[in-house]
Amino acid sequence: MSAVEPRFAPGARVRVRRADPPGHIRTPWYIRGHSGEIERVCGAFPNPEELAYNRPGLPAQPLYRVRFRQRELWPDYAGAAADTIEVEIYQHWLEPAR
Amino acid sequence: MPLARGAAVADNMGAEESRMRQHHDMGGLPGGPVARQEHDYALWEKRVDALMVLLSQRQLLRVDELRRNIEALAPDAYDKMSYYERWISAITHTLLQRGVVTSDELGRAMAAVEAREAGR
Repeated sequence: MSAVEPRFAPGARVRVRRADPPGHIRTPWYIRGHSGEIERVCGAFPNPEELAYNRPGLPAQPLYRVRFRQRELWPDYAGAAADTIEVEIYQHWLEPAR
Repeated sequence: MPLARGAAVADNMGAEESRMRQHHDMGGLPGGPVARQEHDYALWEKRVDALMVLLSQRQLLRVDELRRNIEALAPDAYDKMSYYERWISAITHTLLQRGVVTSDELGRAMAAVEAREAGR
């Protein structure tokens, strides 16, 4: 299976692209535009946005588990400042962040 | 309900928020109470589940297509339909999109079932 090369390594800072295309999108809406840190590389998988239209979804896209601070996502978050949330996001939704 | 969700999003995301959230994509919004008791499934619901498994095995449907067709439901329909009603709707649309069945075949089969049930 052909796959796109991974751009990010664990620990890298990334920002989730802000976009709202139609179709079957696996990047949750609430996480778009936010910055986090790569927790792990999960492997490469056919792009579900293409599979949703019965196309092959190749080359496969690297999938990452990305860690975000709850406080950054939810301004009224009442839990501990160190609380985090992890979301699995495909590479084409990520760009480098400072 | 949809209005309340919209308001919650606006509060959460700030004034710059003019973007379009898809209706099903409700992470972070109030979701109401969770029914914690076990419940039985109706026979038709089990049949829908079996249909999904068989169609997947025969590569006539992908779960991503199922999701896309569920997410394409109008907000009102999405809120009103039960879990397996959403599934059978999405299975039907996937099979139509792929040409596994035609609208005409489906319409005639549905009419035949209605006539059979009426004759009972």
